[in-house]
Amino acid sequence: MLGIFGDFASWLTYGVMGLSAQTKLGDAVHFFIEDVSKIFALLVLMIYVIALLRASLNVETVRDYLASKHRSVGYIMGSSFGAITPFCSCSSIPVFLGFTSAGIPVGITMAFLITSPLINEVAVLLLMSLLGWKFTVLYVIIGMGVGILGGVFLDAIRAERWLQSFAAKALERGQNSAPAAGTIPVETPKMTMQERHQFAKDESFEIFGRVWKWVIVGVGLGAALHGFVPDGWIQEHLGDGQWWSVPAAVLLGIPLYSNATGVIPVMESLIVNGLPIGTTLAFCMSTVAASFPEFILLKQVMQWKLLAILFVMLLCAFTLVGWLFNFFTPFL
Amino acid sequence: MKIIKVLGSGCTKCKKAAELIEKVAAEQGVAVTVSKETDPQTIMSYGVMSTPAVVIDEVLVHTGSVPQEASVKEWLAK
Repeated sequence: MLGIFGDFASWLTYGVMGLSAQTKLGDAVHFFIEDVSKIFALLVLMIYVIALLRASLNVETVRDYLASKHRSVGYIMGSSFGAITPFCSCSSIPVFLGFTSAGIPVGITMAFLITSPLINEVAVLLLMSLLGWKFTVLYVIIGMGVGILGGVFLDAIRAERWLQSFAAKALERGQNSAPAAGTIPVETPKMTMQERHQFAKDESFEIFGRVWKWVIVGVGLGAALHGFVPDGWIQEHLGDGQWWSVPAAVLLGIPLYSNATGVIPVMESLIVNGLPIGTTLAFCMSTVAASFPEFILLKQVMQWKLLAILFVMLLCAFTLVGWLFNFFTPFL
Repeated sequence: MKIIKVLGSGCTKCKKAAELIEKVAAEQGVAVTVSKETDPQTIMSYGVMSTPAVVIDEVLVHTGSVPQEASVKEWLAK
């Protein structure tokens, strides 16, 4: 079914533009057109379908659900909801405070917030279409694993000690009145099909409007790698023989700020060009989840110490993920 | 005079929401003061988690998105 995008790209590149399939330029242009058209079509279609299904799921419902759950399942649920609940990254602070004042432990809230940028429906779709289902499943498991273990770790070191004082007080109040907080009835009116359609349509336009340029940049970089970096260069210089390539990739990912949609097309070309899977994963997770703008926002609710711990924790987690993957790839 | 607050951490959607309200108010000739609240503590005090949210005369009327123009007209007509 996805073959038609290849045919379309061939027609446009070799037919209309008259480029030769033997040249590097022709190869790169073909790759660019095929991937961009494929991703755009998938994005619009799937965002709509998924938005239709999850129209009635919102952060308020999730908060009430998590507040009523025992801690042990809380991390797993927090991370799962982080993966599927739609919310704008500019809402992370209100979400953090909302969860906190409902008495939800910091670790569970962070499991939600860490997983959220790593996994979303757009990322999963792109991974499926570009890298196949095996890789996608691995990516989702790893992404959730980082969120869950990160949350457990933060609670183990009693991270709530280092919240800003007003957030800490809100947490305390929330926990003392925990049963009440969970039972505040939240109006979730049943949505009509018409309303779901409206939500899904708005969501498609909104997400597409936000991510299309990232797709162009991501695929453009991918195409450049694809066409112009000599075969084997990456493998030779950044292959799995070099242990330092994983932490280096993580560090390189920090100043680069992108969302999962933009970075996945780059992942594809990196892997195709021979960069080990673990190194690629580490780079991508670091680009998506550890970014300075996000951290500056979190400063409003956390003290520097907690921010620093969180940052180092994520970097270590991504480095470990990279090493483990590189180590186990031969057995997959 | 209606006192309207748009709650949000200053992202583009919040700006859009505030501009929309000002535009509709001007069209309808309703006197309003629109301000943007970006302080997390204030946002929390209204119990809001999804921004942008709209507060009119201390009553929370909307959360989670840029409101539809039709709803804004309705609020201002009250």
